[in-house]
Amino acid sequence: MLNRTGRLALAAVVGLGLTAGAGAAKAETPKSGGILNFVVGSKIPSYDGHQETTFGMIHPIRPFYSLLIRVNPNNPSDPTDFECDLCEGDVPAATENGTKYTFKIRKGVTFHDGTPLTSADIKATMDKIVFPPQGVPSARKAFFRSVDTITTPDSHTIEFKLKFPTAAFIPALATPFNFVYSKKDLDAHGMEWHKANINGTGPFTFVQHQPGAFVEGAKNPNYHFSGQPYLDGFKAIAAPKMAVRLSAIRGDRASIEFRGFPPKARDDLVKSLGDKITVQESDWNCVLLATPNQKRKPFDKAQVRQALTLGIDRWGGSKYLSQIAIVKTVGGVMFPNHPLAATKDELMQLKGYSSDIEASRAEAKKLLADAGHSGLKVDFSNRGVDQPYKVVGTWLVDQWRKIGVETAQRVQPSGPFYDTLRKKKDFDVSIDFNCQSVINPIADMTKFLGSAGNNYGSFEDPELEAIYAKIEKEGDAATLRQLVRQYETRSLSDEASGMVTLWWYKINPHRSYVKGWKIAPSHYLAQHLDHIWLDK
Amino acid sequence: MAIVNEAALEAQVEELEEKTPWFVAAKTMARKQPVGVAGLFIVLLMIFASIFAPVLTPFHPEYNSFENMLTPPNATYLMGTDQFGRDIFTRIIYGAQTALFVGFSAATIGAFAGLVLGVASAYFGGVFDLVLQRIMDVFMAFPLIILALAVVATLGAGTQNVIIAITIPFIPQCARVVRSNALAIREIPYVDAARALGFGHMRIILRHMAPNVMAPFLILFTAFVGQAILLEASLSYLGMGVQEPTPAWGLMLQGGAEEYAESAPWVAIWPGVAISLAVFGFNLFGDAVRDTLDPRLRSR
Amino acid sequence: MSKYILKRVLLMIPTLIGAGVLVFFLMRLIPGDVCELRFAGTGLYVDQEQIDTCRSNLGIDRPMFIQFADFMFGFFTFDYGESMWTGKPILFEIGLRFELSLQVAIMATFVATIIAIPLGAISAIKQDTWLDYAVRTFAIAGIAIPSFWLGIMIILGLLIVTQAVTGIPWMPPIEYRSLWDDPMHNLSQLIWPAVATGYRYSAVATRMTRSALLEVLREDYIRTARAKGLIEKVVINRHALKNAMLPVVTIIGIEFAFLMGGLVVTEQVFNLNGLGKLFVESVQNHDYAMTQALVMLVVLIFVVTNFFIDLCYAWLDPRIRYS
Repeated sequence: MLNRTGRLALAAVVGLGLTAGAGAAKAETPKSGGILNFVVGSKIPSYDGHQETTFGMIHPIRPFYSLLIRVNPNNPSDPTDFECDLCEGDVPAATENGTKYTFKIRKGVTFHDGTPLTSADIKATMDKIVFPPQGVPSARKAFFRSVDTITTPDSHTIEFKLKFPTAAFIPALATPFNFVYSKKDLDAHGMEWHKANINGTGPFTFVQHQPGAFVEGAKNPNYHFSGQPYLDGFKAIAAPKMAVRLSAIRGDRASIEFRGFPPKARDDLVKSLGDKITVQESDWNCVLLATPNQKRKPFDKAQVRQALTLGIDRWGGSKYLSQIAIVKTVGGVMFPNHPLAATKDELMQLKGYSSDIEASRAEAKKLLADAGHSGLKVDFSNRGVDQPYKVVGTWLVDQWRKIGVETAQRVQPSGPFYDTLRKKKDFDVSIDFNCQSVINPIADMTKFLGSAGNNYGSFEDPELEAIYAKIEKEGDAATLRQLVRQYETRSLSDEASGMVTLWWYKINPHRSYVKGWKIAPSHYLAQHLDHIWLDK
Repeated sequence: MAIVNEAALEAQVEELEEKTPWFVAAKTMARKQPVGVAGLFIVLLMIFASIFAPVLTPFHPEYNSFENMLTPPNATYLMGTDQFGRDIFTRIIYGAQTALFVGFSAATIGAFAGLVLGVASAYFGGVFDLVLQRIMDVFMAFPLIILALAVVATLGAGTQNVIIAITIPFIPQCARVVRSNALAIREIPYVDAARALGFGHMRIILRHMAPNVMAPFLILFTAFVGQAILLEASLSYLGMGVQEPTPAWGLMLQGGAEEYAESAPWVAIWPGVAISLAVFGFNLFGDAVRDTLDPRLRSR
Repeated sequence: MSKYILKRVLLMIPTLIGAGVLVFFLMRLIPGDVCELRFAGTGLYVDQEQIDTCRSNLGIDRPMFIQFADFMFGFFTFDYGESMWTGKPILFEIGLRFELSLQVAIMATFVATIIAIPLGAISAIKQDTWLDYAVRTFAIAGIAIPSFWLGIMIILGLLIVTQAVTGIPWMPPIEYRSLWDDPMHNLSQLIWPAVATGYRYSAVATRMTRSALLEVLREDYIRTARAKGLIEKVVINRHALKNAMLPVVTIIGIEFAFLMGGLVVTEQVFNLNGLGKLFVESVQNHDYAMTQALVMLVVLIFVVTNFFIDLCYAWLDPRIRYS
């Protein structure tokens, strides 16, 4: 028999082994039950995912629906990890030279009203998104320009035939706004019905929505992932002010918020609640730019634009702004953690990314003097949202002051700001942003092209377009990387037609008893909540 | 029939005009309204601070200085620094400039416009009065904040437009009060006498009616300055007020209150104290002015 | 008397129409519209076709005077249409928030009244003593402190104090439950904004009570009552206070009308789903239909409240009736 020491030692070894074993097994066993309360900062316009673009709709409504394929919720930071939601097996590879995708549909899935799901429902849904009839808006129609036809050979197979092969199709399909609707509903009630009504195949059924107050959902007992969802239900509570959302988590009126908090808010929560708070952080697929208006003199001169970008101390800014705003990473045109993104050395080659800010500023002042614009005045249009727009805006004003440029910041609420940016274009430089859901960098980087629909710099750059045309079709990884660097150098450094300031940084502090949720690089992803459970 | 001695009548009218000479009022007030004097002191302090701001403050109110961000109050930074490293004491002093500018502009334009409209409305009466009153009603009933929101959303944010947005609700408030006071005076015989003597409209309005609505006008004016400062703060909270990097108390409060209330409370406390103190001062002073000028309210 | 009533009722109509005109044009002056805002969520490109479709669906591409006629006609026939942002019927959306706003307004008015009348009376009776100064300072502080700051401090204070005392931070509930469904939940949420708002409004009412009472106390009949030998308490309560109440009731009435839809900042801070919040959202979303409906509602409440106050005055003071 073991003496006391021996037994203690054995206990220690067993204990260690169990913990190690648990670590190796990675997850704890999810418990079923409980209601998840979370706060949402934005408003719900309508329930139709095909028409809307705001996270204010995604967070409360996404759990009622399923997609054909989705980003893997357990590995959302990997931009190539997609899994089947309503399809069966693995996400299929393309056939017929990359132009055909055949999906097998899961069997036994039913809508919340009992209607069985067939491939006809998926086709009706995708038709509405890709080929909407006249008068029916579809916000992501442009993503699917490559689609030629959608056919259903049988009740559980659907085929997409593309006009040309493209790596952008699968990520586009996984966009969380592509809610699958029932063909029966679309036929019987028309295309506008889903704006105000909910019938999906998602992990939760719709209970009620009190506008301005909350959305309530209950567990779907017939969900096609057996054992899930673990939660009995959820409540998405509306809270437009950040201070309220913060207090709500602190006072346990809500357990989590899915968009993100600024750094000091996280610090406050951690300080007051200690280990009752878990913090998850990640780079965010959102970037804040400053776009000069090349229809306005003297911003049509490359030297002036170069001077402006040289005047921005990005490395210094990152260090300080990351303490007070939801921005952090210095980056180029690509999402910072993507394999195609520039390394630090590559970045430092670009104008405005040097670690010697004084030299950059001197160069900027010289460029302005040579161009005859030493006392330059800039009319800077910004959006009236604190994080991170106004904070970064205030910083930019001061940065440009240091190279002798006087900037007048004109802040407007979202509506008039968009109007100025997109229609009136009466700004010298404007804050701009590029936020995408699924990471699709080849598609996302089109923002920097003068011809892009969402580029507001009013310029034409045939050389840049040519580089992009090559990028779109390039298959070899090494050559692709080189081409991307060329694109980046021309856009950010030589022409400075778009000035990347900093990439956003997502900080999600939440109550520690919320388990299973993994932070994604976008606040639109992995919000179906079927993998979340409460440890209490 | 006796020939009316015009000069004598005129002298009598003028005598009746004189109610309370200003300097007598001021002396009375100082003696009897110490609280009002305290208010006046606060107001004068604000004015002094905003005029001598560059002399009183060691730092620039807008330059960022990230290395010193969020420093607690110490010997160098009397009130600490904010998230951009800017000295809060400096921004409070410069903020007094903005507050006074916004407050006085809005109050002056609003009160004078209201004075003119109110007196004209009372004097001319009839359809003109009826129509003007309905228009005033519409603006009074219209929710203040919404009006300000819409004005700022249309014209853009920034100090000038904030002043316009704040001024608009003041005009009907002032017009209403002035009108009811002026109406009362219209009935007094000496106005009839003046008309009988052939005095023109303008002269009667300016020399007879206007001075007699001075008391409520002054009270309203001081109240308006306080209200304007508060409105600017509320508009900033909603994101529609003066914009960065201009130092303005409401803007400072909005930026600090939500995010730094706990980790760096000095960012939120000082602007709040400044606003409260300013409004306090103007209201106390206004109260004392009213108590002095309104003979009915003097102590027994 | 009935002629007076008729005249006052008729005068309401131009005010309502004037308000309608003002809100109609004011909203359309703001650059941008609900369709542009809707599709701009991620900085994506959305083609003009989508925006145009949205516009024609909502009817905002029709000529102005047709839209205005539609709006005015709808108002007077009680057909308010749907919200341009959510598509839900406007009456439904407003109805949801009305109960909450009404409850907060009533509670705040109650708080304001029980503070203002006693304090105002004391201040008047003890004019120019330290008690008077103390009350006036307390009253002015209520106006001087920015309301959102006060609100934030209250919530933060609750969190910190409850954590210090019980170890668990507590804050008021952030979603609304009706008083009849769950009184505890309802009151624990609404008591804080009611007190914060009530304190602010008591300031105005206190000063009005004070000045009204001061005026009344100088009247001849009060002097007579004192000369007759009545004790001061009776003089105040039976004679003075009652007659001073009229202007005070006026102020309280007007403030109450303002509380419905005017509590924009308070609702943001305490996260109340009330009319003020709806107002701000509808303006920010360029939801013309909703903003118009809300403005008309608020103006209607204001105009009707004023009407009843005028009626009270006319009934009590015959001179006004006959002017």
